[in-house]
Amino acid sequence: MTHAELRNQFPILNQQVDGHALCYLDTAATSQKPLVVTEAMRQFYLQTNANVHRAAHRLSTEATEQYESVRSQLMHWLNASRLEEIIFTHGTTEAINMVAHGLTEHINPNDLILVDGSAHHANIVPWQQLAKRTGATVTAIPLTTDCRLDRDAFRQLLAEKPVLVALSHVSNALGIVNPVVELTAEAKAAGALTLIDGAQAVAHLNVDVQSIDCDFYVFSGHKMYGPTGVGVLYGKYHQLDRLQPMLTGGEMIKTVSFSRTTFGQLPNRLEAGTPAIAEVIGLGAAVRFMQSLITLDIFAHEATLLQYLQQQLQALDDIHLYGAHPDNVGVVAFNLADEHHQDVGILLDQQHVAIRCGHHCAMPLMASLDIPGCCRASIGVYTTKQDIDRFIEALHSVKELLE
Amino acid sequence: MNSAPPQTKLNDSDFQEFLQLQQHQAESIAQATNWQDKYRQLMQLSKQMTKFAPSLQHDDALVQGCESKAWVYHRKLGNKHYFIADSEARIVKGLIALLLLACQGKTTEELQRFDARDHFHYLGLEGQLSPSRANGLYALVNTIQAAAAC
Repeated sequence: MTHAELRNQFPILNQQVDGHALCYLDTAATSQKPLVVTEAMRQFYLQTNANVHRAAHRLSTEATEQYESVRSQLMHWLNASRLEEIIFTHGTTEAINMVAHGLTEHINPNDLILVDGSAHHANIVPWQQLAKRTGATVTAIPLTTDCRLDRDAFRQLLAEKPVLVALSHVSNALGIVNPVVELTAEAKAAGALTLIDGAQAVAHLNVDVQSIDCDFYVFSGHKMYGPTGVGVLYGKYHQLDRLQPMLTGGEMIKTVSFSRTTFGQLPNRLEAGTPAIAEVIGLGAAVRFMQSLITLDIFAHEATLLQYLQQQLQALDDIHLYGAHPDNVGVVAFNLADEHHQDVGILLDQQHVAIRCGHHCAMPLMASLDIPGCCRASIGVYTTKQDIDRFIEALHSVKELLE
Repeated sequence: MNSAPPQTKLNDSDFQEFLQLQQHQAESIAQATNWQDKYRQLMQLSKQMTKFAPSLQHDDALVQGCESKAWVYHRKLGNKHYFIADSEARIVKGLIALLLLACQGKTTEELQRFDARDHFHYLGLEGQLSPSRANGLYALVNTIQAAAAC
């Protein structure tokens, strides 16, 4: 596959908006979907649609086989050790909520929960709610002035023996990569459970959960070229098995009577209700799609593009970049000096350049940067140098207009 | 943050004299032939709007659903409605100016008849008036019409 062929997998990128080509630099919000993903879902609905598990007929058996084969695909892709360690969720947010809810009875008053200072709200609020239920305390792990996690401060906080450490693998607002292998080892040595939000990582990095050695790793399908409405909760078997199910009902039970219900085994125990079957099939296609890109050395392509984007932005006058390191992935965050990010976003939109402007669901991070929000341009496997040049040209026009 | 809502400290004249813009400025925006010209004029409007003193930038007056902070106050004088508003973003402030140009000093009946969708279509800015836009204009229109209803 050539890069042009790859790009053709995304017809949405070839559309014209008011006679102009779309310049999509908002992949971190959601990625576009390749034909192989939409086709897999279409084929499922056209040929295989049936409910999964407890199959009493051929179609249901086939649907279940396809659904379960994606679990196996993900186990290999993430290098998990057991099938039951892969739980399908509706996305990252739900997955974190499932863990936070599921741990309730294991958390005691005055327990300490540490949360990455650059975390997305989805990796903050569920812990706050858990703390409210249990009397535990949530403390932010501070960042250094260059927006990286402050390792010294982290070590000091670990000395206070937290029960859980919640980290981002990649910061959604800034694109900074946390050294999760080392951080997890330190947290583990201090006796803490670890959860890593991989929502912004899985599309840009190879993830090996055994080498990270975290207890939980979560991500969404839609940011890695898969459909919306599906995500993954990876957990070590014995950790998942300790979680109290957040949702109860169909699929997850063993026996039900009006006097007593017993829950089934993993993974079903944490997958109550009919799952997003077609979306899981789509996610499987997205994983195959990403695996097929290995020959294109796509992560190196992305790294080159992101560094080019950072350099082109830095070359503009009166611009602030936030935590823009050469080893970042996916996104770059910036503001034009003295300009509100929303003005910049509106004027880029007029030129059919799609970026995101706002607090990026990371208000504590914005507060620590002392800004109300910022602009975020993000790239994916389909992004080209032309996209970046076009964005920079559009940004020149924005600057001119705002002067 | 300020303790008391500043609405009570505003004089009637603050409302009546707030908008120092001319109707022809809206017409000129409607007639702009390219987007650059349109948005340049929009930002000119925003420059001519009175900037809120920090005491008026009160959370109680915040327009919901706006990515930038925007504040609005309403007062009914006689049978006419007056609004004063500001935003930290220039384009949003320009959009607010256009909305106020159409709504300032209008009676309840006039405001109830006002069709914001039509008006922004006439201005060539219909894309900015959508509940899914984070510019707060849609919420501001609702605020104005709610004020007219009471």
